[in-house]
Amino acid sequence: MPIQNYIWLAVALFSIGVIGVLIRRNAIIIFMCIELMLNAVNLLMVALSKYHHDASAQIFVFFIMVVAAAEVSVGLAIIVMVYRHTKSVDVNILNRLKN
Amino acid sequence: MSLQVILFWILAVISILSAIGVVVAKNPVHSVLLLIVTFFDIAGLYILLNAQFLAVVHIIVYAGAIMVLFLFVIMLMNLNASGEPQKNNLVKFAGVISGGLLLLVLVAALRKADTGMLMQGATDIGLVKNLGKVLFKDFVLPFEVSSILFLSAMIGAIVIGKKD
Repeated sequence: MPIQNYIWLAVALFSIGVIGVLIRRNAIIIFMCIELMLNAVNLLMVALSKYHHDASAQIFVFFIMVVAAAEVSVGLAIIVMVYRHTKSVDVNILNRLKN
Repeated sequence: MSLQVILFWILAVISILSAIGVVVAKNPVHSVLLLIVTFFDIAGLYILLNAQFLAVVHIIVYAGAIMVLFLFVIMLMNLNASGEPQKNNLVKFAGVISGGLLLLVLVAALRKADTGMLMQGATDIGLVKNLGKVLFKDFVLPFEVSSILFLSAMIGAIVIGKKD
């Protein structure tokens, strides 16, 4: 199977994640789209790791998962606090931070 | 067509459809469930690529921890009423157009890239034994630093989330 198939799949998933970040206003869904983008990159890295016979890329994917887990815990705590203050998870509410 | 290619196409189609579902679903709970489907598909693709360790870790970390956290937050905040304000259609249209342009640019840039074939058959670089050796020989410092990262994330989440 050509490596191109995996590249196209990862590109498609990444673009879907970008579109989701751009068109949604719910902060939690934007967060999930960021997870989708991270996973697209992980998939591409695992495919290239097999293609180049290099185990370092898989270790790098492991560290990306670690960082994603830490990011989600802090980010969801921030979203919960925003919800507690504004009773909404709409990202447009956050332009109140300007003043 | 070999079995591997057929499995790849099945998993690819399901994962792209469920990823689109994540973006367009009105109810956030449906988005979370479709994202879990996407993650299981990606785990299946990892197994196809002989990365068994990463497939198991992916299921444990993403489906087991991260998505449960998302579901907890959504259900605690009672957001499944799907009363989310929508962006107006012009902004949505612009978002889809710019995402499509990104897709176009990436495809155009990668179209003439390396057209090698993935080799058939099993490799052992994705097994726990080999990855453990690499992780604890070459990457032991980043491994320890990631524990500090987790500690700071844990403390940060508690400090941000506590009532003041």
